[in-house]
Amino acid sequence: MSMNRRDLLKMIAAATGTAFISSNAMAYITLPMKSVNQTDFSKDDVAFFNEVGEVIIPRTDTPGAKDANVGLMMAIMVTDCYTPAQRKAFTAGIASIKTLAKSTYGKDFLLLSNDERAALLASLDDEAGVFNKKQELASKERKDEEKQLPHSFTLIKQLTLFTFFTSEVGANKVLRYVAIPGRYDGDFPYKKGDKAWAT
Amino acid sequence: MTNNHYDAIVVGSGISGGWAAKELTEKGLKVLMLERGRNIEHVKDYTNAHKEAWDYPHRGERTQEMIDNYPVLKRDYPLNEPTLGMWANEKDSPYVEEKRFDWYRGYHLGGRSLTWGRQSYRLNKEDFQANGKEGIAVDWPIRYEDVSPWYDYVERFAGISGSRDGLDVLPDGQYQMPMPLNCVEKDVAARIQKSFKGQRHLIPGRTSNMTEPKPKEGRTNCQYRNKCWLGCPFGGYFSTQSSTLPAAVKTGNLTVRPYSIVTEILYDKDKKRATGVAIIDAETNETYEFTSKILFVNASSFNSTWLLMNSATDVWDGGLGSSSGELGHNVMDHHFRIGAHAMVEGYEDKYHYGRRPSGFYVPRFRNWGGDKRDYVRGFGYQGSASRQGWGRDVAEMGIGANLKNAVSEPGSWQIGMTAFGEMLPDHSNRIFLDPTKRDKWGLPVLAMDVEIKENEKRMRKDMMQDAIDMFEASGMKNVQGYDSDYFPGQGIHEMGTARMGRDPKTSVLNGHNQVWDALNVFVTDGACMTSASCVNPSLTYMALTARAADFAVEELKKGNL
Repeated sequence: MSMNRRDLLKMIAAATGTAFISSNAMAYITLPMKSVNQTDFSKDDVAFFNEVGEVIIPRTDTPGAKDANVGLMMAIMVTDCYTPAQRKAFTAGIASIKTLAKSTYGKDFLLLSNDERAALLASLDDEAGVFNKKQELASKERKDEEKQLPHSFTLIKQLTLFTFFTSEVGANKVLRYVAIPGRYDGDFPYKKGDKAWAT
Repeated sequence: MTNNHYDAIVVGSGISGGWAAKELTEKGLKVLMLERGRNIEHVKDYTNAHKEAWDYPHRGERTQEMIDNYPVLKRDYPLNEPTLGMWANEKDSPYVEEKRFDWYRGYHLGGRSLTWGRQSYRLNKEDFQANGKEGIAVDWPIRYEDVSPWYDYVERFAGISGSRDGLDVLPDGQYQMPMPLNCVEKDVAARIQKSFKGQRHLIPGRTSNMTEPKPKEGRTNCQYRNKCWLGCPFGGYFSTQSSTLPAAVKTGNLTVRPYSIVTEILYDKDKKRATGVAIIDAETNETYEFTSKILFVNASSFNSTWLLMNSATDVWDGGLGSSSGELGHNVMDHHFRIGAHAMVEGYEDKYHYGRRPSGFYVPRFRNWGGDKRDYVRGFGYQGSASRQGWGRDVAEMGIGANLKNAVSEPGSWQIGMTAFGEMLPDHSNRIFLDPTKRDKWGLPVLAMDVEIKENEKRMRKDMMQDAIDMFEASGMKNVQGYDSDYFPGQGIHEMGTARMGRDPKTSVLNGHNQVWDALNVFVTDGACMTSASCVNPSLTYMALTARAADFAVEELKKGNL
């Protein structure tokens, strides 16, 4: 038997007292972070998502959606994580916001005042609520196996909430986050106004 | 060639393989541990251990690409960004589903000891006797008393936290302080105790997350981060890497060889003994042989069985251990994904601090004591209570500052629990070598033909209804039963395919986990289980492995092996 790389490593291992016959240890897989260029969307799209997100989660005395740059993460999640059907619905939802701004105010969404933006998205949110309830009832009767997609604005709202509260800004500045709690207290005092834990 | 001979070879490095290596090396044997996947070094290789959602490119969620790459894993929770790479590559290592079977495999050093659920319970006296009493499958060849001292032994070393409750149905062990119940769970426990007249109990989960440090072993107690699956930099829970492997390495008697797929146990049919193993290097495809006096097979239930099926086929078509007619049969898992959840009123001035990686446990109460049902055996519940976070249903809250403020605060308390039911051993539930399909290395692959039967289906009715009853009896609101369907394998508790027994004609292993047809081959992972009980099984594999290793070394000394 000829000596190969492993046998050689084994001898080295024996000589150094190391138990492992292995050259290339590998860890849990870590994937690189993504940029807008790796998504289906443009920088302008990301900026638009941020503006929409800011209406849903505005800056108050704490940071809002734009501070957390939810737009970029929305673009990444829609590109990589959504099914084709979800992606289509999301894109249609964004388009309908733009259309509704034109038809209601005769202006681009980005040119609307904060109040106009809020009123416009609130009307979409109401519409989504009615739509989702109807659909829920219908699917209960049909007993569909396949989950129906919610209203496209619901997708946008859910994604805004998700990308905001899983962001470093959202978790630390709007919610509470402790990296290493060190103990468990199941009888921890709470008073109204105290923030929820991020995780 | 002397380099290729060892006193003992351990196939696999998971929970039971790690214990085999520790026990055998500490007793002075030179041991070779073979692992089919890559090495993972304690702490250093836990590359995601300190990450939070925002440190991942998709915030920890699965991508469509991941879903495409993992057609089995995608069916349930294990497919996610943080644990990517900790599951077998399904394209390289396929299997065949005669019936749907979800098989979650960890092909790397430490195996599923890095990603296990950590709940650690003892089987009880009845668990070891029920098969014999009820005439189901075969009787265990051992009793609780045979394993009890070994439970003591492994609990002390592994570090199990839990309460001592004095219940026959769930024997107490050598525990560190329990992880506490929270204020809601404590009150529910008291109400259940009262409503069911002391016949049902809600206790803290018994878990291999430590509440006291083990400085001698370099392990710190749990820090309540609840990131166990990413590998614990504190060594806070039991894994091969945190616990058994360092002990084995310390002896100077251990050699670990990653990327080593064991393809066959070499068998001397005249002496009726194994002489060693053949392996294929997963990276180079080169083959090697290693010899040893004894062999511990700890490749996980199904892969240990696969290895036996591929060995000594010149003597038995069905492989080593198949002379019983039971090799690959009697597949068991725990059936679950059924239970109830509810809303809890009040406790608005209470919250929880820290992320407890465990919850509560309700030990089996069905077919126990005077109780008699239209099925045999029983189930236990695992659950927890907590306040809702930002992910709760926000449909009614609109958008804007009001929405933001509302979800920035915790929601109501809620409680839920899931039943884990015993699955009976049934000869017709089996795995076998598929006649056509091959894996990346040209090796045959397993086919699964497993389903739950009438006994499990009847039990499931109670598994939901009893949960509803207990929550209603303890004053919970909006109590909802659920059944999310169960498919075999989802419990990730595969068991039974090389069972222990008293007779070589009906069992693969004897009472010391020796293969009847090759007494120097020990199988001490889940494959050896004669029945499943309803409790999480890993602690029992630890105890049986330590017991078998002790016996093996004694037998070696006596010259019997």
